[in-house]
Amino acid sequence: MRPRHRLDPYWMLAPTFGVLVLFFYYPLGRAFLHSLYEWDLLTPPRYVGLENYRVLFTSGALLAVFSTTLAVSVTAVLGSMALGLGLALAVNRPGAFAGFVRTSVFSAYVVSWVSVALLWLWMLDADAGVVSALLRAAGFGRARVLADPSTAPYALAFVIVWKIAGYSMVLFLAGLQSLPPSVLEAAALDGAGKLARFRHVVWPLLAPTTAFVGTTSLILTFQAFDVVRIMTQGGPVRSTTVFVYSIYEQMFMWLRVGRASAEVVVFFAVLLALTALQLWAYRRREAV
Amino acid sequence: MSRAKSALGPLPLTALLGLAAFLWLFPYAWMVLTSFKTLPEIVAAPTAPLPASVSTEAYRAVWRSMPLGRYFWNTTVMALAIAALQLVLALPAGYALAKLRFRGRTTAFVLLIATLLVPAQVRFVPVFTLLADLGLTNTLAALVLPFGVSALGTFLVRQALLTLPDSILEAARMDGAGELRIVYGLLPPLLVPTLVALFLFSFVYHWNDYFWPLVMTTDDAVRTLPLGIALLREQGTGVRWHIVMAGNVLLSVPALVLFVVAQKHLLRAVAASTS
Repeated sequence: MRPRHRLDPYWMLAPTFGVLVLFFYYPLGRAFLHSLYEWDLLTPPRYVGLENYRVLFTSGALLAVFSTTLAVSVTAVLGSMALGLGLALAVNRPGAFAGFVRTSVFSAYVVSWVSVALLWLWMLDADAGVVSALLRAAGFGRARVLADPSTAPYALAFVIVWKIAGYSMVLFLAGLQSLPPSVLEAAALDGAGKLARFRHVVWPLLAPTTAFVGTTSLILTFQAFDVVRIMTQGGPVRSTTVFVYSIYEQMFMWLRVGRASAEVVVFFAVLLALTALQLWAYRRREAV
Repeated sequence: MSRAKSALGPLPLTALLGLAAFLWLFPYAWMVLTSFKTLPEIVAAPTAPLPASVSTEAYRAVWRSMPLGRYFWNTTVMALAIAALQLVLALPAGYALAKLRFRGRTTAFVLLIATLLVPAQVRFVPVFTLLADLGLTNTLAALVLPFGVSALGTFLVRQALLTLPDSILEAARMDGAGELRIVYGLLPPLLVPTLVALFLFSFVYHWNDYFWPLVMTTDDAVRTLPLGIALLREQGTGVRWHIVMAGNVLLSVPALVLFVVAQKHLLRAVAASTS
């Protein structure tokens, strides 16, 4: 439609773009700029060129943070997808009970990360937590999963799985329900068993959904912060210092705005790469 | 499909579903049970399911240790303000992008969608220094304004409007309705499902948010409930889990109730975000 007045569309978009410029585009530019400075928020900033990046890349700090993030995220994504798909297959049926199970699992996705982190922090508590007590009773000794650097990242991943499995389940369920019934019926008539039908018919047809759930979950888990801040504070011995937590630390514990900004820039580049991966997966989905 | 059912048999499947429900509901139940216990009880018998007697001491301790009413109020006002602002801005923007022809429309659309790539975790450092320069940290504005636009929300309003026939809008113009009347009077009733889903999703998301209020505020006057509850864990000597869980009940129950009441809309918002 033609606007009634030539300027109508512009004032309609003005508030939106006011917010976008002030709180998205301008800050992004500021982050690039500050990454070239050394600044503690108290004394005037000092220009240092690419020094912040050099330190990040050569000290090994960035590599450690990146591999921790990757380990936690990939574990959490694979776990939540496997569980989400299994649950979707199991609850893909009419009836109040299946609906009840769907609601129960998805509820964790709606409850806050704070609540979920506190719940599991309590249940995994080494002294009085119910899970630790049961493990002890089963003869596993004193289970200190959050205090051991070799298990803490996976304990975090487990909690993330519990939180986001409902998200995969809902998307896989939508994927299953949009499969063409005629294909499934044809496979059943051909005498394919349940397992064979899943492997040769359902799984290939779900590929686009799987790609989508995988990439969005990966981006989601890369941004995890609350569980880390509440459950482990990045420890023990930095074994759970993921990207966002590391930026937070630079900024609010050590007041290193320049270093934090450089990490923001690198993190942004990583998210862009993940999004490119998502677009690629999406293209494939269109092509299938 | 009936063949599929008999192939696996309903009993193991039902047991499996029961196990899933248990795994997801037990932590909530344990939270509630713990909140009614006393500290000596928790330490003496970590696996005893029921409290010896129902004690409300933990809830009273939560009440004493933080300005609970203020936190509830701050959180609710902030989440309502964000959700409302997003809709108020998304309606005219979505309308312009979907229905009006103008120079720069494609560019505007691309610039809007591109911001989906910039989550709060990327923005917080520069936005914090910006707000600090402006003296706006520790204000409601610092919590609300940076989320005033939901790119996804604007996109979904635009998508919903694309399917709306132009004739309805032309008829409104013929009747003499101004553009503002069209945007805020005519459109909302036609977009109810989309707007309700967006509003609820945004409200719950920001009600639950921990990260942004944590980095933008230090002052009790504007702090929110998730911050206060998370802080319970750090207070006093030793972790008094019955108190932490009582706080957690107060934090999670409103979200759970809203979820049960509005499940259909929230699921629609998740499904819509994927398309």
